[in-house]
Amino acid sequence: MKHKVATTINGRRHEHEVEARLLLVHYIRDEAGLTGTHIGCDTSQCGACTILIDGKAIKSCTMFAVQAEGRNITTIEGMAKDGQLHPLQQAFWDEHGLQCGYCTPGMIMAAAYLLEQNPNPTDDEIRKGLEGNLCRCTGYVNIIKSVKSAAATMGGATATPAAKTAAGRS
Amino acid sequence: MAVTTMIGAKIHRREDPRLVSGEGRFVDDFTRPGTAYMAVVRSPHAHARIKSIDLTAASKAPGVVAVYTHKDFAKVIAGVMATAPFFVPEKKQVPPRFPIADKEVVFQGEAVAVVLADTKYEAADGASLVDVDYDVLPAVTDLGKALEADGPKAHSGAPDNVGWEQTFIPDDPAAMKEADVVVKQRIVQQRLAPTSMETRGVLAEYSKADGTMTIWMSSQNPHLIRLLLVAGLGFAESKLRIISPDVGGGFGSKISPYPEDYLVPAAAKLSGRPVKWIESRTEALQITSHGRGEIFDVEAGAKKDGALVFLKITQYIDVGAYMPLASSVQTVACLVSGGAYVWKHIAARTVGVLTNRVSTDPYRGAGRPEATHNVERIIDLLAVALKMDPAALRRKNFVKEFPHTSHFGLVYDSGAYEGALDKAMEIAGYEKLRREQDEARKKGRYMGIGISSWIEICGFGPSAGTAPGTGGLGLVDAAQVRVFPTGSVAVYVGTHSHGQGHDTTFSQIAADTLGVPYDSIELRHGDTGEGPAFGHGTYGSRSLAVGGMAVHKACKKVVDKASKLAAHMFEANEADVVFDRGQFYVKGSPDKRKALGEVAFAAYGGSLPDGMEHGLEAVAYFDPVNFSWPFGTHIVVAEIDPETGEVDLKRYVAVDDCGNVINPMIVDGQVQGGIAQGIAQALYEEVVYDDESGQMKTGTLTDYLVPTANEFPMFELDRTVTPTLDNALGVKGIGEAGTIAASAAVINAICDALAPLGIKHVDMPASPDRIWKQMQNAHGMSHDGKEARK
Repeated sequence: MKHKVATTINGRRHEHEVEARLLLVHYIRDEAGLTGTHIGCDTSQCGACTILIDGKAIKSCTMFAVQAEGRNITTIEGMAKDGQLHPLQQAFWDEHGLQCGYCTPGMIMAAAYLLEQNPNPTDDEIRKGLEGNLCRCTGYVNIIKSVKSAAATMGGATATPAAKTAAGRS
Repeated sequence: MAVTTMIGAKIHRREDPRLVSGEGRFVDDFTRPGTAYMAVVRSPHAHARIKSIDLTAASKAPGVVAVYTHKDFAKVIAGVMATAPFFVPEKKQVPPRFPIADKEVVFQGEAVAVVLADTKYEAADGASLVDVDYDVLPAVTDLGKALEADGPKAHSGAPDNVGWEQTFIPDDPAAMKEADVVVKQRIVQQRLAPTSMETRGVLAEYSKADGTMTIWMSSQNPHLIRLLLVAGLGFAESKLRIISPDVGGGFGSKISPYPEDYLVPAAAKLSGRPVKWIESRTEALQITSHGRGEIFDVEAGAKKDGALVFLKITQYIDVGAYMPLASSVQTVACLVSGGAYVWKHIAARTVGVLTNRVSTDPYRGAGRPEATHNVERIIDLLAVALKMDPAALRRKNFVKEFPHTSHFGLVYDSGAYEGALDKAMEIAGYEKLRREQDEARKKGRYMGIGISSWIEICGFGPSAGTAPGTGGLGLVDAAQVRVFPTGSVAVYVGTHSHGQGHDTTFSQIAADTLGVPYDSIELRHGDTGEGPAFGHGTYGSRSLAVGGMAVHKACKKVVDKASKLAAHMFEANEADVVFDRGQFYVKGSPDKRKALGEVAFAAYGGSLPDGMEHGLEAVAYFDPVNFSWPFGTHIVVAEIDPETGEVDLKRYVAVDDCGNVINPMIVDGQVQGGIAQGIAQALYEEVVYDDESGQMKTGTLTDYLVPTANEFPMFELDRTVTPTLDNALGVKGIGEAGTIAASAAVINAICDALAPLGIKHVDMPASPDRIWKQMQNAHGMSHDGKEARK
């Protein structure tokens, strides 16, 4: 038996008929066709599928699509505005906060919620805020720098670049 | 924009705008019309005989398109999978492997049947209805027991469990007798799951009309996979195209061919529909090759003054149930066992042991982290025995003259090991740290300083040195450079980027070599349907020193031809034509210039010199003259909580030398990620199997501890630059450096911290539980008034 589900994703209304058991992440990827939201585990550990639902970061593998009925969803594809990257996207680019890029959409969405809650986080607050998102490439060093840099761009008053930068030859 | 000196510049990656926008294209982001989804029925047992498989219920399940087992695949897959392992000639037995089990399963997770269905949910439902009746057999789950004569065999009917056994250099009793001090240590390298964030995945589409097979898959080396698949699937290379689009990390686990690489295209051929399989994380942990899984017996001796005399290494590798293509690459741990030091004698022997576990294969560093861990641990044990400072002992014995030929006949190209050690000690404040340590110890705190002076062999590799060990393939690499009539450039390479940023760095090389704007260059990789006929992909820190050099060489070829044409256009002798940052002029007339783009247009025009063909493009294969040998020193400061045994990494200093640097930002990123994976091995990660049943106990990321952002300090990085003289760019490699160095630095710091308790060695992962038990044990022995020992 299929169920109607209507959501707003990145400002656009979507209506589909889905099985009750369809995970939200599969709904976003396979039904709405937004493949920027990734899947990296089966057990909600990795955070690659993190999205915003009504502004709050959620791992989209932890919800069924039908539970998103009527909700306002933001995925990585909805972060850039008017052709301009979101400050977090720009900061991940500027600070080399990604390598393979697979965890990056989830990482940016989790960071967006973190900065919404705490516009001027310390390094340790960023670590804590992103502990639900795994990255295998970067050692997180440049991810922390990216979030810090974005916080500064977005108006965090006393944000400064993260300490102990590399090599100093750039 | 400036058209020169891109090499060495911090250029932000051109890959990133799409990846930060959700516009990356990974395998699971591709779907073909009419795709059927494949789910795999896998053995729950480590070792069992298949008595029967009942497909009745699965075949009738909603949405199920087909259910296939061994007998179906035997019709479309010829022979067995490529398993001939690299680099160890003395193989005792190489178990033949068909991509799906027939009568016997030999590890938990081995494929037994596949179900195709209209949706992935229906495929999973169908797979759960396949009823397999097993007769469980005794499993080989322990390296030590595997070598006992009377124990169970990993494969029924096999004479023993020895996969290979080879002595590279035998003992020299005379040399061993010269040592005044001898230390011995058994060192365990636990099994690790590579755990790229994107799991493996394959999508295959067969066109009956033109007889072509197109495969999208997450691979580090699509050309190599094509070479191996064409034989099994019965295609010419021109008819089988592999596209490895954006790949979400590999770390060595996406080099060897896997059963699904055969099963998915075979199922597409059988069913007539495109077929897609995306590995689940539990599958990834169960069936994607693991790394390490070794036990080393290490013995070393030195003179009283610290001069190193001998090193003896015995390596036991838990190969798993089958030998993938590169499984014996880990024996390189023997071949670079001497590390950064001069030894009078080195003895090394390797034994590959078959068990009922998933195969081991290269994982970031592959043999070189183990070699570093062994030699750097044993140097520290010697320092303790000699009562010498570990930095001083290293310094005294460093290789100082280059090129240096090792006991194994390998030639270290260039190095300045003391320079890296000095710089790391200066950044760390080594002398001050030792004073702080003295103070800390007086207060009962366990603070340690760990040094790892690492080297590696990478840049695989010269054809003369590699082809004999690979069954005939020289690990050269290729690039094709096309200059279009308007002067824009496309570069196709045989390497593959899955996080390394080649689109950026290789374009930097091409921009400088051609003297054209960086933005005019399109860099493409990962599609066997375009570019050079062959390439070896990306692993073993080879891409820059081999593939990057191929780009350089192909660009040089283009410039050479353009010079000839420019001379014709200037009506001058070619010898008088100067090529300067993308422009040609005749000596003495530097104000009259022609840009490469103008010459390119002329190359497609009506006035070419006699005998010159039209067009301006070139293919180059680069065969390096040697491997390359990066090096460095890492220093870790750690403190251990006496109540919990938890390790706090206070500082991590890394000074690395990879020769000339193309893009410092990317080099630093590689080092950071590498260090993180080394720390992960040292402190957190371990694949655990149940000793009795052979069942994996770490089948999800809840149990297999991939570290989060909380687990790492900021790393303090610097570098020295000692170019190799073996290639024109002076470059080596940096992808594995951090991992090669890190585990030894961390464990040395832990052992140094625990030295007051008489603890000499801690195995990995150095979990709080393991350390706490060793501390309790040491305390207990101390209370008895005996000398505290491990």
